[in-house]
Amino acid sequence: MADEREIVLRIENLTKSFGDNVVIDGLDLEVRAGEVIVVIGPSGCGKSTLLRCINGLEEIQGGRILLDDQEVDGRSKNIAQIRQKLGMVFQSYDLFPHKTIIENVTLSPIVVQKRPKEEAIAEGEALLERVGLLDKRDDYPRQLSGGQKQRVTIARALAMQPEIMLLDEITAALDPEMVHEVLDVILDLAREGKTMIIVTHEMSFARAVADRVIFLEGGHIVEEGIPELFFTNPKTERAREFLHTFEFTAVRSHTVEE
Amino acid sequence: MDFGAMVDYLPLFEQAMWLTLRIGWIGILGSLVIGLVVAMITHYKIPVLYQISLFYIELYRNTPLLIQLFFMYFALPRVLGVGIDAEACGMLGLALLGGAYMAESFRSGLEAVEPIQTESALSLGMTKAQVMRYVVLPQAVSLSVQSFVANIIFLLKETSVFSAISLMDLMFVAKDLIGLYYNTTECLVLLVIFYLIIILPVSILGTVVERKLRYGAFGS
Ligand SMILES: Nc1ncnc2c1ncn2[C@@H]1O[C@H](COP(=O)(O)OP(=O)(O)O)[C@@H](O)[C@H]1O
Ligand SMILES: [Mg+2]
Repeated sequence: MADEREIVLRIENLTKSFGDNVVIDGLDLEVRAGEVIVVIGPSGCGKSTLLRCINGLEEIQGGRILLDDQEVDGRSKNIAQIRQKLGMVFQSYDLFPHKTIIENVTLSPIVVQKRPKEEAIAEGEALLERVGLLDKRDDYPRQLSGGQKQRVTIARALAMQPEIMLLDEITAALDPEMVHEVLDVILDLAREGKTMIIVTHEMSFARAVADRVIFLEGGHIVEEGIPELFFTNPKTERAREFLHTFEFTAVRSHTVEE
Repeated sequence: MDFGAMVDYLPLFEQAMWLTLRIGWIGILGSLVIGLVVAMITHYKIPVLYQISLFYIELYRNTPLLIQLFFMYFALPRVLGVGIDAEACGMLGLALLGGAYMAESFRSGLEAVEPIQTESALSLGMTKAQVMRYVVLPQAVSLSVQSFVANIIFLLKETSVFSAISLMDLMFVAKDLIGLYYNTTECLVLLVIFYLIIILPVSILGTVVERKLRYGAFGS
């Protein structure tokens, strides 16, 4: 069954190194409109670096990244314009501390896209409503919990109406009870058909949200596939071992005593 | 103490205070402009200008204002062939001295803003200039308020050397009156009072602004 959806992001033979440390080594990836890709892999395997390259935040040493057939190059003149199509959310909820919540969400639409202020605010309010935080409209970031901040960060990225969302372990720094409220927002976006590349360690979320799972290690895609197969029956030994680290085996064989 | 004499001297001191304030105000404003420009140059490491800026900062931070003023007031006119008005010289001297200090304050503020702030702003499609204007600079300024206030107070105190280029500032008036009437104590007390009148409001305002930034919009 051939996928008919158009390819929005094409990564060809991407190589990225820090000095002698080759972090991404000739990686190829195609992302189609509406696709949700989950990237998993051990810590330090280059997941964050991959997302940062896609966003032109890292200088690359080889290959190319094409977004709608436009080359992403951190040093090129039109990089700011390309980045508007990419909504990035980092692990640390990095709201602008000197701006209120609504100002955080509307700053870029107003100064970058030059949208009329009233329109940007109306849209910002709709987005805050959507992430359940309209009542925090005039608060400052420091008044919000981690989970709330992260939901605002998502709203702030969505306000630019990006084609692709890039999410880098957005719940890794959160207290466990706040993880759900953030991931629910993402599941909602996936349902709507938003194209996303998601790095996460939340395996049950990955399974629920992904159209395709990519297992990254040693700078390569070691295995990729649909979540149903990948999580239940991984093809490679490395993926099996990695998934195994998320499981626990009972210490005692009899947990119920007579 | 001869309070009658002190009352007699008041108008002279008041006049001198206005001169100090006038020069101080322009000089401080100038120092902020110079400081910001120099900080931008050093932040972005713009070639040639960067080296010049570093040299300027070191030169002005490590020489006394008195000597800087002498150079501008007595030596430069001989080299260039044009004189400079004493008041303008005072303003420019203060602005240049303050600029070197303000540049350092801006720089440390800029460095204190988390790099992730820049990256998130960039990833929202802002240009480097927009990131600076809307995200980094406002945070840097709030982070450096304390050091701006310290610089302003320092500069106001430094105005006491203006008399050396025959500006009739507070110090000039005090020295003049002491020379004429030998009322040393009275004049020195007035001198202290007038400096306090100038500097205390700045100090108090600085504390208020700082607290506001700390407990208001900012911090965690
Ligand atoms: N700015 C940097 N300078 C040098 N090395 C870096 C930098 N950023 C990441 N790395 C290295 O690149 C590798 C991948 O990092 P990262 O992409 O953050 O991994 P992951 O997100 O998968 O945990 C690591 O070995 C890390 O040390
Ligand atoms: Mg990472």
